[in-house]
Amino acid sequence: MKSIRALIVDDSSVMRKIVERSLRQAGIDITQVFEAGNGAEALGVLQENGVDLILCDINMPVMDGLEFVKQLSGVEKARGIPVVMITTEGSETHVVQALSSGARAYIRKPFTPDQVKERVIPILAG
Amino acid sequence: MKSINEVIGTSKVHQDWVPLLEVAAREVFELMLGCKLAPLPDSVEENFDITSMVGLAGQVCGMLSVRCAQKAAVVMASKMLGTAPGAFGPEVQDAFGEIANMIAGNFKNKVSGLGDGCLLSVPTVITGNDYSVHALADTAGLEVRFLFEGMPLAIILELHS
Repeated sequence: MKSIRALIVDDSSVMRKIVERSLRQAGIDITQVFEAGNGAEALGVLQENGVDLILCDINMPVMDGLEFVKQLSGVEKARGIPVVMITTEGSETHVVQALSSGARAYIRKPFTPDQVKERVIPILAG
Repeated sequence: MKSINEVIGTSKVHQDWVPLLEVAAREVFELMLGCKLAPLPDSVEENFDITSMVGLAGQVCGMLSVRCAQKAAVVMASKMLGTAPGAFGPEVQDAFGEIANMIAGNFKNKVSGLGDGCLLSVPTVITGNDYSVHALADTAGLEVRFLFEGMPLAIILELHS
């Protein structure tokens, strides 16, 4: 598997670090990690940088994760980048909303590194 | 699993949520911190000086709070991050807020119907011990208490039905 650049979007800096650590524990070779505290910041990051994978929370101030995923389709540079939602919002409605908005996978908090591996590796391999 | 329609409305059935609250908390500590919570013996003295709170709004309104000593919160943050315990600061507050957020989310996902019908606020963390919290709750709060690494920890859910 090639090395990747990841964008991690979460209003908690601690959670961003945990997600990054989980990706590395999953054996994913990450050359660069970009971080954003909400969807609007993440859109700004994507205007300036290319990434291969986005991991995104839902409940965030300013712009939440569902709105971010919707707006992502309008960003030329971001087309086709897989998005994985990582969130406490685990209801079926939220899962359906996220997946129908363009997310490729959904991980509920609390999560284990193995769960991250199970969801993310197939996406990167595909 | 009980449906939301079966459980909302009386304080008696709210007591049925106590085991769900306990499991929700245990799962967060086991999966995200890699440690098991122990039962709290009656003899342990509590000296809580940090509280994180997450609001619930929708079919159920209220507030979930997590309370412990700051030194316990420092250990929690270190376990979440996989680092040695450091000084108390913003990163500890952030981690402690996330713990409340995950317990609240995990709890509502365990009550059928509540996952869709109830939204969570972003967490708020208060430090110090000279304050009182007055939630607009109209039922007795649900409370579970544990020992975390030998230090007491309380998780309280106050509800406005």
